[in-house]
Amino acid sequence: MLTLDNVTLTQGAFSLVANLSVDAGARVAVIGPSGAGKSTLLAGIAGYLRPTSGTLSIEGREVTSLEPGQRPLSILFQDSNLFPHLTVFQNVALGLRPNLRLTDAEVKAVEAALDRVGLAGYGNRKPAALSGGQQSRVALARTLLRERPLLLLDEPFAALGPALKVEMLDLVAQLGDERGTTILMVSHDPDDARHLCDQAILVADGRADAPVATHELLDNPPDVLSAYLGKK
Amino acid sequence: MTGTRISGGLVVLLLIFLTLGTLVAVGLRAEDLSGLGRRDWAAVRFTLWQAALSAAISCLLAIPVARAFSRRQFWGRGVLITVLGAPFILPVIVAVLGLIAVFGRTGLVSQFIGLFGLEPVQIYGWHGIILAHVFFNLPLATRLILQGWLDVPAERFRLAQSLNFLSADMFRHIELPLLFRVVPGAFMVIFLICTTSFAVALALGGGPRATTIELAIYQAFRFDFDLSKAAQLALVQFAVGGGLAIASLWFRGPRGQGAALDRVVSRRDGSVWQDALWILLAAAFLLVPLVMIGVKGLWGVSELPDSIWPAALRSVIVALVSAGLTVALVLPLALLAQSLRKGGAAVEAIGYLSIAASPLVMGTGLFILTFAWIDPILLALPVTVLVNAAMSLPFALRALMPGLTQAEADYGKLALSLQITGWARLRWVILPRVRRPLAFGAALAAALSMGDLGVITLFANPEVQTLPLALYQLMEAYRMDAAFAAALLLLTLSLAIFWLIDRGGRVDVDA
Repeated sequence: MLTLDNVTLTQGAFSLVANLSVDAGARVAVIGPSGAGKSTLLAGIAGYLRPTSGTLSIEGREVTSLEPGQRPLSILFQDSNLFPHLTVFQNVALGLRPNLRLTDAEVKAVEAALDRVGLAGYGNRKPAALSGGQQSRVALARTLLRERPLLLLDEPFAALGPALKVEMLDLVAQLGDERGTTILMVSHDPDDARHLCDQAILVADGRADAPVATHELLDNPPDVLSAYLGKK
Repeated sequence: MTGTRISGGLVVLLLIFLTLGTLVAVGLRAEDLSGLGRRDWAAVRFTLWQAALSAAISCLLAIPVARAFSRRQFWGRGVLITVLGAPFILPVIVAVLGLIAVFGRTGLVSQFIGLFGLEPVQIYGWHGIILAHVFFNLPLATRLILQGWLDVPAERFRLAQSLNFLSADMFRHIELPLLFRVVPGAFMVIFLICTTSFAVALALGGGPRATTIELAIYQAFRFDFDLSKAAQLALVQFAVGGGLAIASLWFRGPRGQGAALDRVVSRRDGSVWQDALWILLAAAFLLVPLVMIGVKGLWGVSELPDSIWPAALRSVIVALVSAGLTVALVLPLALLAQSLRKGGAAVEAIGYLSIAASPLVMGTGLFILTFAWIDPILLALPVTVLVNAAMSLPFALRALMPGLTQAEADYGKLALSLQITGWARLRWVILPRVRRPLAFGAALAAALSMGDLGVITLFANPEVQTLPLALYQLMEAYRMDAAFAAALLLLTLSLAIFWLIDRGGRVDVDA
């Protein structure tokens, strides 16, 4: 459902060539050494970075020149996923109506999404009054409402403790399965990749390769990756 | 996006018109550019040397005061540092009256030395102008230099202590380099401010030896209605201001905002008593004139003429409208500067243009352009509002830009991914993030406008009298009791209006 055909992403002197495709409903980890361009790849797919060449399509439709908000995907960043000055309800509602003018049906939909992530009744709080895990749930509730077929995760749970992180990954898996969402997750923790994703894309040496089975990649890592993972 | 471009573009055009357009309007009216007379050149020379001297004295005195603040923790330190920021929103004419109460013929100093049979001191003249400039700029210099001191990492002072540095070593290896870095910038800023001095020179100067260019423009316009001379002086003023503004860009001054001034570097060198003396002297120099306004003002309340109340009301309205206009100008301008990848810096620079421009030139230009069609008296207050908003703009812009850049860096991507654009983006993403600096800018604009005794003097007329103008006229008429009461009223209103608006930006702000 996601195809990158000779996509070249350039940032200053750094450049990355991606030639790969991802099946619908797959959960794919993006793995590679620090600075290899994992986040650059996601920024390219999300539309924050325009490719210097190549084409990018999602669900058979070319999206190479679309604005980030027009692409059929949602993205969660490492931080700043919520507006601190807006309530939980408003933060989620932005996914439906950027001007926050909601019909009664839409209000119900927002409440249902909050309910689904276990935050019913938290709508009037500000993000600062929530724990880190709860903040992640708010951001997830918004992606539920947006109902985009592709979800990009740029290490949004990196700041959470191990148990909480597993809990969030399970929730992502569950919500993804319900809707058949395709998920792409950047991770520097091999355990996260194994936990959530059956497939993995290796980003190294200026290239992003087609996805392979996660356990194979991690069990028999190529040299660039084993140096990064640091174990034999 | 296009909305931002259009409204921002309109603000840019308005600012260019107000700063350069009015200058051209005045210039075109000038029938014979026969050159400036001897008295005019005397005004130019006086403007430059008094500004240089004022800036030098302010910086020299600020060095020991800033050092004392940097290394001593004491009760009331935070309050005193806040007070150092106050002269900025203090109406000039109020401060001048306070200084007269201390340094005037019948002031505290004259009375004290009179006990020893000495002649009373005189405040009117060039030394009075410099005294007032130091009063206004010593606090600014102190804050700038203190900032420089606190930018030195605490580890460096600890290292110096572990190496057993004496005061002299500390000065040579740490303090001298930091002063070289900070003082030139502070000097240039104060020099620039003092060259545009009008109200101080109007109240304390005059005469051939104590007239600034701004005052000469006023006299040419108001007394002689000699537009050619006013135009030529305006051009000289613009050249001086513009030249200095460009020159000051070469000196990278310290960042005046952001970093906390409440840190104290723990040090054991230097004399506590000497530091205490410097802080006490500086505090007395700044606070005694204001206390005199309070005491004498309360004493004179019964002397206030009835006409003071409508003037006060007019001033409050002018201040509020001017603050609103400043917000309406600064927001589109800042958004445009921020959204342009190329040319953003140029747009921002246009926002700072009015630092080099003269409010009196703007007022004169607007008068020339309109007086054939509209009664100047009708336009007096609108012109005052407009000019004050333009003069406040650089400060509001300076306060707003960092917050706006930060909001964009933090939440721009998220807004983009959620397709929040146009008005919704401004309403839900940007404004809530910049409420504090925006309110601070509006509060500054209101206070500056409230106390302004500049462009309004061109139109001085009982029907459009503002509070600072009424106060100045009471002083001119030697009704000092009433003048002190009016000064107290003006001071109270200025501080109150600043506090209320600034506070409006602080309540209920999350994270």
